[in-house]
Amino acid sequence: MTNAIECSSLTRRFDVVTAVDGLTLVVPEGEMFGLLGPNGAGKTTTIKMLITLLEPTAGGARVAGHDVVHDARAVRRSIGYVPQLLSSDGTLTARENLDISGRLYHVPHAERRDRIDESLAFMGLTDVGDRLVRTFSGGMVRRLEIAQAMLHRPDVLFLDEPTVGLDPVARKAVWEHVRALRERDGTTVMLTTHYMEEAAELCERVGIMHLGKLVALGTPAELEAQVGPDASLDEVFTHFTGTGLEDGGSFRDVARTRRTARRLG
Amino acid sequence: MTSLERAAPHAASAEPVAPVRFLLDLWTVAQAELRKLAHDPTEVATRAVQPILWLVVFGQVIAQSRVIETGSLSYMDFLAPGVLAQSALFSAIFFGIAVIWERDLGVLHKYLVSPASREALVAGKALAGGLRALVQAFVIYLTAILIGINIRWEVPALLGVALVVVLGAAGFATFSLIVACLVRTRERFMGIGQVLTMPLFFASSAIYPISMMPGWLQVVAHLNPLTYQVDALRALMINGGPSTYPIALDIGVLVVTVVVLVAIASRQYPRLAQ
Repeated sequence: MTNAIECSSLTRRFDVVTAVDGLTLVVPEGEMFGLLGPNGAGKTTTIKMLITLLEPTAGGARVAGHDVVHDARAVRRSIGYVPQLLSSDGTLTARENLDISGRLYHVPHAERRDRIDESLAFMGLTDVGDRLVRTFSGGMVRRLEIAQAMLHRPDVLFLDEPTVGLDPVARKAVWEHVRALRERDGTTVMLTTHYMEEAAELCERVGIMHLGKLVALGTPAELEAQVGPDASLDEVFTHFTGTGLEDGGSFRDVARTRRTARRLG
Repeated sequence: MTSLERAAPHAASAEPVAPVRFLLDLWTVAQAELRKLAHDPTEVATRAVQPILWLVVFGQVIAQSRVIETGSLSYMDFLAPGVLAQSALFSAIFFGIAVIWERDLGVLHKYLVSPASREALVAGKALAGGLRALVQAFVIYLTAILIGINIRWEVPALLGVALVVVLGAAGFATFSLIVACLVRTRERFMGIGQVLTMPLFFASSAIYPISMMPGWLQVVAHLNPLTYQVDALRALMINGGPSTYPIALDIGVLVVTVVVLVAIASRQYPRLAQ
């Protein structure tokens, strides 16, 4: 079995702040892995390094067997990414958005059309395929984004806070679709979240990040067992980070999350 | 792990060679912009109002007062190519706002994690910025017909005008993209956009001949790509329109400008997503 993601002492500093501090982590192929942590814990910075948007200050990482610095293009070909922000273009239709994604990965014309139809059906968006995305609800946009990120059948899918700002019903729908997609394609999934419920529900293993460091790693059940027999993942989180969720986050994080939430709302 | 047996083979395994890929990716980006334009043309349409005002109001007043000596051409014939170049500049110089907006939304990230080269992404944006200006060129030609500008209608001349307008606007759109990458927020960009436009416009031969300028401004004008764009347009758009330089030189300057700016922008562009 090979590894989909390997981080070794992965580090990123911004001026004086060390956003990710010596992260060493291995995610085997096919796993659904959750990075959990408050805003500002370094989850998004970690993902940005893994998807080649940000170069590490020290250490390194391999994704789908390729080095994120020296073989960035090979990494990009192997991954799909759904940012925390909205990545579908609201001024284009769902079908156009999917078409752009397919073309950027050079999915051949005929196959592209088939896959677009198939993924619209899969995501329950067939009827609205020719509508402008800005008329979509938050849950619909998220489903479309995941379809876009999966159109080229990536080895590894990165989801950065995939359900932030969604209501519980839309959140469940997104979970169902991510699960079903993974079942279909056997994709490795790394997602970040600060919803305990989401990590427990979806992920086979969870890593808890705090101030740029991995402070706990294991299956949701293992982590709960470490703290106490009846502990919830919420308590596990507090145990390992020493903070509640409400403390975290810079002004910029909060502003961004609220903006995303408002747009999805 | 049996789940690793995939439902479909890897799409990326059959990739075209690099130069073909570059052109395909460039066109994917440009076409996305054009589709947006087709869905909502109001922005480009409203931007076409300003050049009409320059021609009809500013042009008529200056022409009647005869304060600007334009040699063999009437002032209106002199001004029309200048306004055409100016409209390309004005439509392109705020292009960076859209790029910052895409960053704020997350659309930019989607492009940057794709395997498309940064050069292709930026060149696609530049081409889109260039093609948008053609919409305005069309409006300006309609206006020019109505006010009796002495337009050259030969097909090669018209194609030449289109080429020069697209090149000029592509260059300024890329310049705008670079500025966007440096200032990073829409608020700061709005201020800077205004500050940049006017010097580019006034330090060119768009509304008065370079010979009327003080010496230092003439130097600036010769470094300004807009001057070469206007120079080529004057010869290509107007019957008997004089050009100071050979048109090949004008076009050469514009091409080099675009290439250099795209090269700079493709280094800056990924930083916007960090």
